[in-house]
Amino acid sequence: MLRALLLTTLLASPALADEIWVTNEADDTVSVIDVETLEVTHTYPTGERPRGVTFSRDFKRLYICASDSDAVQVMDPDTGEILHDLPSGEDPEQFVIAPDDRLLYIANENDAVTTVVDTQSRKVVAQIDVGIEPEGMGISPDGKVQVTTSETTNMAHWIDTATHEITANTLVDARPRHAEFSPDGGELWVSSEIGGTVTIFDTATQMEKGKITFGIPGIRPEKLQPVGMHFSPDHTKVFVALGPANHLAVVDAASFSVEEYILVGRRVWHMALSPDETLLFTTNGVSGDVTAIDVATLAPVATIKVGRFPWGAAARPTAN
Amino acid sequence: MSALRAAGAIMARELARFLTQRERFFAALVRPLVWLVVFAAGFRAALGLSIIPPYRTYITYETYIAPGLCGMILLFSAMQSSLSLVNDRESGTMRLMLTAPWPRWFLLGAKLVAGALVGLLQVAAFLGIAYAYGIHLPPLGYVAALPAVVLSGLMLGALGLFLSARIRQLENFAGVMNFVIFPMFFLSSALYPIWKMQESSPVLALLCKLNPFTHAVELIRFALYRQLEPLSLAVVAGATAVFFALALWGFEPARTRPPKRD
Repeated sequence: MLRALLLTTLLASPALADEIWVTNEADDTVSVIDVETLEVTHTYPTGERPRGVTFSRDFKRLYICASDSDAVQVMDPDTGEILHDLPSGEDPEQFVIAPDDRLLYIANENDAVTTVVDTQSRKVVAQIDVGIEPEGMGISPDGKVQVTTSETTNMAHWIDTATHEITANTLVDARPRHAEFSPDGGELWVSSEIGGTVTIFDTATQMEKGKITFGIPGIRPEKLQPVGMHFSPDHTKVFVALGPANHLAVVDAASFSVEEYILVGRRVWHMALSPDETLLFTTNGVSGDVTAIDVATLAPVATIKVGRFPWGAAARPTAN
Repeated sequence: MSALRAAGAIMARELARFLTQRERFFAALVRPLVWLVVFAAGFRAALGLSIIPPYRTYITYETYIAPGLCGMILLFSAMQSSLSLVNDRESGTMRLMLTAPWPRWFLLGAKLVAGALVGLLQVAAFLGIAYAYGIHLPPLGYVAALPAVVLSGLMLGALGLFLSARIRQLENFAGVMNFVIFPMFFLSSALYPIWKMQESSPVLALLCKLNPFTHAVELIRFALYRQLEPLSLAVVAGATAVFFALALWGFEPARTRPPKRD
């Protein structure tokens, strides 16, 4: 059985498989997971305290927020080589790439600004003053609205990407850490870590449409700290990472009701969907591993050891 | 042909006895379910999470103890079966059975297989209810576990057979409870992984590793995830052979005579 498995792995290895890239906050590395074998194939060094991570739309460049190096690093994912740094402002934690694949919106946690960087000219295009400790970064699918959430001010700041000015501020519960637009752009979901809630806004009016609370038997309510969020491939569900509750919540995207909780590793932060959309990968910070979940059955398939304190995750397809 | 009929009769009797004793079936199911629903819920938060083979990801405590509770069912079933043998001996049915024109090993073997099948029925019913409760194991794992459950049932049945040969009276059965069922169950990997035991007491961990019941539980656990644990298979098969040999020795005619009254 094992030999057969090994043999097929060896035979299959020349054909590259889809990958999940994970930043290890405490190791200053990224781990590359093979989606087929669910094993770590490469580990590359990065700047200090890598957190947010995303690919360019053509998957030729990997952008990494090296928070303690005060830089956004650009890596060649084929070689693992750091090509250059982008000016990012101080302490970049999270970012989002615009649909035009050119502008990066970076949250500078210590400076209370959102920095807009042109990835081609490598220049800062704009810096927008936002609330204290900005972190959550979302951009509407049409690229017209960027939302920055500030952890201490407890606000979502709605930024017009044409003028780079704040058009609206909406209050959310304590410590908002992640903002995610629905795939049709009609809704904005914001998770509040300390408040323990997810607030859903109507994008057009910036009015609150609903609020989700969580509850898992046997787990203290203060441990339910929603952070990362991800829409399911068919857009009917939203996966919400619940931090030290060690579970993902599966939320119905239409009714906002919690359907299920999935057990993953300790302190789950963020997620990435495999390119074929069959597996969801979660980064489990404290247990130092990544759990792969079957999207169809919602069953955890395997948990893979990576570096210390994995934080962000991004997927890269093979055929690129 | 008539050998088959004899074996069939023994099995039919065992099965009929089980099916007519509704409360026995009920008790056989309630016991592990109480552990699953009440005990596991209380301990869920207390037990540290860790990934050990055959698991590939984090599991709930309920999922962890499910194979152990299958083992518990087999253990109780086997001991109940040996209790019925003591009863058979007191009522004289045993003598009747052993006078059938077939070798002793064949008759006792048939009894053993019958007991293992009754155990299998109970385990199947338990896993069905556990599934409804939310303990979902890999679908093909249920099939793969069949031989593991039967072999474990045979091992525990053979132990029960041997014990029944040594127990003279029904009243002594309480002793079986204290000196066989409890130590076997608690000094095993049924309720907690052995590494957890190792942390608090290496001696107890060693006893767990030597306990054949641990290997029965691990054989079932791995089989439920479609994996074979060779060491456990060897231990369970070996223990089955040893216990059965001891049982045959215990049931030698000279030993099965009723005790002399003074």
